[in-house]
Amino acid sequence: MERLKTGFKNNMKQYAMLIALVFIMIMFQILTNGILLKPINVSRLIYQNSYVLILAIGMLLCILTGGNIDLSVGSIVAFVSALSALFSVTFGLPVWLSIILGLLSGLLAGMWQGFWIAYVKIPPFIVTLAGMLLFRGINNIILNGKTVLLPELYTKISSGVVPDVIGDGSGIHVTTVVIGVLSVMVYLFLSHRSRKEKIKFGFEVETKGAYIAKQFVLSFVVILFAYWLSLANGLPIILVILGALIIFYSFLTQKTVVGRHIYAMGGNRKAAELSGIKTKKILFGVYANMGLLAAVAGIVFAGRLNSASPTAGDGFELDAIAACFIGGASATGGIGTVMGAIIGGFIMGILNNGMSIMGISVFWQQIVKGLVLLLAVAFDVYSKSKAKTAS
Amino acid sequence: MAEHILEMREITKLFPGVKALDRVNLEVTKGEIHALVGENGAGKSTLMSVLSGIYPYGSYEGEIHFEGQLCTFRDIKESERKGIVIIHQELALSPYMSIAENIFLGNEQASKGIIDWNMTNEKAKALIQLVGLKESHTTPVKDIGVGKQQLVEIAKALSKDVKLLILDEPTAALNDEDSDHLLNLLMKINKEKGITCIIISHKLNEITKIANQITVIRDGSCIETLDKMQHDISEARIIKGMVGRDLVDRYPKRTPKIGEITFEVNDWTVYDPMDESRKKLDGISFHVKKGEILGIAGLMGSGRTELAMSIFGRAYGKKITGEMIKMGQKIDPKNVQQAIDYGLAYVTEDRKQAGLILIDDIKHNITLSNLKKISKRFVVDENHEKTISETYRTKLNIKSSSIHQQTGNLSGGNQQKVVLSKWIFTEPDVLILDEPTRGIDVGAKYEIYSIIQQMANDGKSIVVISSELPEILGICDRVYVMNEGKIVGEMDRTLASQENIMACILKSMH
Repeated sequence: MERLKTGFKNNMKQYAMLIALVFIMIMFQILTNGILLKPINVSRLIYQNSYVLILAIGMLLCILTGGNIDLSVGSIVAFVSALSALFSVTFGLPVWLSIILGLLSGLLAGMWQGFWIAYVKIPPFIVTLAGMLLFRGINNIILNGKTVLLPELYTKISSGVVPDVIGDGSGIHVTTVVIGVLSVMVYLFLSHRSRKEKIKFGFEVETKGAYIAKQFVLSFVVILFAYWLSLANGLPIILVILGALIIFYSFLTQKTVVGRHIYAMGGNRKAAELSGIKTKKILFGVYANMGLLAAVAGIVFAGRLNSASPTAGDGFELDAIAACFIGGASATGGIGTVMGAIIGGFIMGILNNGMSIMGISVFWQQIVKGLVLLLAVAFDVYSKSKAKTAS
Repeated sequence: MAEHILEMREITKLFPGVKALDRVNLEVTKGEIHALVGENGAGKSTLMSVLSGIYPYGSYEGEIHFEGQLCTFRDIKESERKGIVIIHQELALSPYMSIAENIFLGNEQASKGIIDWNMTNEKAKALIQLVGLKESHTTPVKDIGVGKQQLVEIAKALSKDVKLLILDEPTAALNDEDSDHLLNLLMKINKEKGITCIIISHKLNEITKIANQITVIRDGSCIETLDKMQHDISEARIIKGMVGRDLVDRYPKRTPKIGEITFEVNDWTVYDPMDESRKKLDGISFHVKKGEILGIAGLMGSGRTELAMSIFGRAYGKKITGEMIKMGQKIDPKNVQQAIDYGLAYVTEDRKQAGLILIDDIKHNITLSNLKKISKRFVVDENHEKTISETYRTKLNIKSSSIHQQTGNLSGGNQQKVVLSKWIFTEPDVLILDEPTRGIDVGAKYEIYSIIQQMANDGKSIVVISSELPEILGICDRVYVMNEGKIVGEMDRTLASQENIMACILKSMH
């Protein structure tokens, strides 16, 4: 019981946010008379929020290293979308090549900032504030302040769905359901294997009943979700990309040596350095990675608008940062998870979407979002100070 | 019968799940120096927080009477108004402000919100002189040493018309000279100004020197109060009260098996990274043998930590010259990772600031320096990690709920054991320990010494840096004495004594 309690306490923050997400979903489901969770709106939610979620993943890594944020990501989104126009329209390169070049440019932009932050030791706030101006300026020079239409293939990435190779076109996207079932099977197999391994080592595991109940609920939710999507247009390609990124970065942060080093550095930089961790390399790495992910988001966003525009990505950095903090990341680093940031991103996304359906003005939406961010962090600070006095 | 300035009656303080104080009684006689001793976590600091209003009236049970009046402090301001001032272990000074500004911080000499600088400076000068501080009142606090900062804190307390001064571990971070000065000052203001003092300290020799009465607290209860006039207040007697048994030996016995030289440093010179023209270490040469515990003694600021850190993958210093030889081979670790790979390990002086990730749990801290060993292709094997951590938790007797407990919630002794586990896990040949028992209670110290000796018996070479001379003399086989960046003496266990070590330091100053 005691173990269950501490286990619950440790995960409380994450569960609290998940509960908050479910609560907000139910609330808007009622307020919007059931529009929020209609299949077509669920898939719209994914399209609308994908790029901010991609940015939130990168931002989380920066924040983990010590509460460092990146203010330039919105501008890098714009910078990369402008380059996409330059490569594919002005130079007439094939789309696949201009995508690769776009990703490389984002990576370079990230490395540029990482260099100043890690090796010249300029505070990230300053470097990325400069980057915010710099990359926005480059975008304007490339586009000459105008909006440029992009080749259609770009739209495919951000608005297309996985082709239905199995289905007969009867309104249900069968491939989506099959992919859903398959991923549940892979998940069940992997978690069963890890549980068996733990038992073999003699470590404590949750009781069999709790384990089966948890697996059942998760499988049910995933398959229902897949079915829901199949009722809309099918599985969005962008969701596949996003899913792959979530899995990859969750694995990176939770299971690898690099991940450990990132958390250790955020927890106590000096101790990490004296434990042999190369903190400069890590700092450089997370900002380079942020640039790369901003490029991914930039290409997705350009595809979604089917154009490159001078105002693309305006304010995205703040949405990404807010997603991380709502999702439980610590403002001083060392605490936070990729899943948390994703949940935080969805909370923001559903607030946006729900209020838009209800016809609430953008001005009020901003007020609500600001208050939610403040309350989420206040809750975090409060629960931490309570934990402190208890010890 | 002398008058009691303070009476704390039946104080009970509960934290969720823990009884931190259990019906504690404390009576302090007016004009005396009263010492409060006990192991870490015994409840000394909690008791003082209750007294000073950090835990407000109503959050504890029992009564506090100060000068015969019942006290119902809601915060620290109210207790200060009554003349109760507490100086915490972590000093509450603002580094970029001057000494004068710090003395009157929160108590600004102002009329209608505008600071009267003439009055501030004049009063500050008088206080600075009173506490024997040889600094200008305009010097920023960051530019003076810890010892002097402690004096500024006392000046600050005196400026507030203090009647009862509480000092929490005032000499923990001071060297012997500064400690002496501080203790003499306490006795002086006690005698001349009639200020009653309560002092919390682990350094029993200081307590026996200055205190008239000693109250021993153990596990949240008041065990006894010893009076200089009536009782034996020898260190052994106090320790007996603290740990609840006779601790016959403070240092475990050992028969050293010393082998050949394993690690050698020759002509090691290092410059200050802040000021590259300043030599911090000057031509240092030393060696350590297999199975040997080597001590490095010296005053604070003599360059011992800098020596350890510059050796440990150049973690400190600029323009480093000299050579390092390990097992007959020249090595040149350029960063901490390389130093670890060469079999060096360094347990930092300050475990909270530089040793542990306090927000992370025991298992992650233990494996941090050697993740390579428990990972395959950069993926950490978490099951292996748990097994390893559990082994160390048992072996080093780390008292915790499990390996999943946050290190920030452990006591000082157990935190130090986690740090030691971390470095033992890197399988070093040479282990450098910087102040390994600072701020740790007597019982845990004994355990740490046993661990250190066990490692030496396993054939590792140990270097212990310590400001506590009895500790150096108690566990080391050979001692180097450092002063002002140089080695000024070397002596064998049989020849080493506090007098000899101090003599080396004093001789080098001419």
